[in-house]
Amino acid sequence: MARRYFAIAAFAGLIVAIQLTTLVTGTAYYLTQLTMTAYYSLIVVGLCMLIGYAGQISLGHAGFFAIGGYVTAFLTTFDLKSHHGALVSLLMKSGGLVSRQDVYGGSLLTVHPWLACVAAILLTVVVAYLVGGPVLKLKGHYLAMATLGIGIIVYRIVLGTEFLGAADGISEVPGFPLPGGLLITGDASSRVFNYYLAWGLMILGMALLLNLIHSRIGRALAAVHGAEDAAEAMGIPTARYKLHTFVLSAVFAALAGVLLTHYNGGIGPSEAGVMKSVRYVAIVAIGGMANLWGALSMSLVLNYLSLRGYFGTYDDAVFGVILILIMLFAPDGLLRRHLLSDLKRVVSRDPEGEEAP
Amino acid sequence: MLGGMTAVTLNQFVPMPLAILLAVVLTMIVGAVIEIVFIRWLYKPSVLRMVIITIGVSILIREIALHIWGDGVRALPYFTGSSVTSINLGGVYVSSQVLWVVGAGGLAVAALTAFFNLTMLGRQMRACAANRDAARLCGIDTGNMVTLSFILSAAIGAIGGCVVCPITYVQYDSGTPLAIKGFTVAILGGLGNSTAAVGAGMILGILESFSIWVLPTAYKEAISIAILLVILFFKPSGIFGSAEAARLKEF
Repeated sequence: MARRYFAIAAFAGLIVAIQLTTLVTGTAYYLTQLTMTAYYSLIVVGLCMLIGYAGQISLGHAGFFAIGGYVTAFLTTFDLKSHHGALVSLLMKSGGLVSRQDVYGGSLLTVHPWLACVAAILLTVVVAYLVGGPVLKLKGHYLAMATLGIGIIVYRIVLGTEFLGAADGISEVPGFPLPGGLLITGDASSRVFNYYLAWGLMILGMALLLNLIHSRIGRALAAVHGAEDAAEAMGIPTARYKLHTFVLSAVFAALAGVLLTHYNGGIGPSEAGVMKSVRYVAIVAIGGMANLWGALSMSLVLNYLSLRGYFGTYDDAVFGVILILIMLFAPDGLLRRHLLSDLKRVVSRDPEGEEAP
Repeated sequence: MLGGMTAVTLNQFVPMPLAILLAVVLTMIVGAVIEIVFIRWLYKPSVLRMVIITIGVSILIREIALHIWGDGVRALPYFTGSSVTSINLGGVYVSSQVLWVVGAGGLAVAALTAFFNLTMLGRQMRACAANRDAARLCGIDTGNMVTLSFILSAAIGAIGGCVVCPITYVQYDSGTPLAIKGFTVAILGGLGNSTAAVGAGMILGILESFSIWVLPTAYKEAISIAILLVILFFKPSGIFGSAEAARLKEF
């Protein structure tokens, strides 16, 4: 118990330390990429929960990210001024709409970002429940292909739909207002605040997942992962737990999509692409599958390097190679929990204790 | 994709039939190398692990292709005639290349059926697919069979790429959608049944082409994947496969 909170506190300390370092060295512009990294990490830990703890792979999580991002982007940029339906007037009365100025000085009447965010999460939950039910009945490579397919369908829809901006995506998404006049936006003036907000949310999500893992549900999931039939025999509703974990990780992805879209001020179809989904799985894999901290730290490093452009044109290839290497040499993930003890056993392996392969 | 791209490149130096032959052989070698380097030495790999590895490999090939060939769109010239000439078949005008595609497809199926039913090697491969351990007990080198199946499917993929690319063109990223479509067709037809796969391929192709009547063209790709999902959800044995045979494979 205490160890869990100690780790969270240590991580929060690291976040503060990074910010202070950038302050001292005058490299505050790094914080922009670090903030984006925080949001991407939110997807990664959600996916880690699904892959590592529930034992279900998903190669379509970029699709959920895109659902969240696109719903909020569309609702907060679509001008409702010339629409006079019953719904519009109802929203108007309940304060669900805001009018603001666009970059050309014209006035816009759009859905309030908070309402858009709620709508995005709701849609994701509905989609995840509808799709998750039948998909999670599949196993192994069929599950992988089905989730991959879902991701591609979302990608094709956002790419081919005119009012979602087709290949250009949606831009000029307004900032996300918070109480106290604060705003989630990529503006340089609120960079430090947004950095702390993003990582604060990340830590909150992390604490939630860590508590979940150490709860009855987490232990049930571990049983499902270990031996599904045995878990079923012990009276664990395996299908329901798997589905709920799937939806939870989809919501993490969608929330990251919503916030990052407001932070970046736009979203494009490449966010829904297969490469993004593969990248998240690769990060979970290198992080050790069932290791939230491993996934988080790897996500911090790799996403940051990628966003800073260190991989250049080999960006996708780097994550492809990572995935291959992990699957070849350490199919249980690299930074897994018993890594140290495993290494010790390999080093001090005596001939008698060697198990037959 | 690899087959088509290689053939286009080689076509600049050697005559087309030779270029296609070389491209197919090269792709077969690549297929064999992939199997030997990434799959062969794994101890009892799960199918999921192999799928993820091959997804990784396909990303790698795609990125390498991008760096070699750039993102331009290429095509082979038509095998006979040109893009405007056509052949009159009982009142229907068909481009000659379409006949090449249909011919190559028919030939590939015939060759595969003959291979699996008539030759010793083909029967060994089927035995290996049905039960690996039993096949090994009968003295079949299962490792070599897997390599061979990789080579075989690489060859067929390359031939397909060469024949089709005068019509559809190839690009560095044209492989992935085709791979998913291939998987869809294989499931639809029931795995391990090449004749049914052709029927399933035709159904999928027709459904996809007609979908543009009711949906925007841009959604065409999504259609085949949606069909894949529906099949997986409701009838994982495929349209032509038997339910008993499917139960033996793990879903």
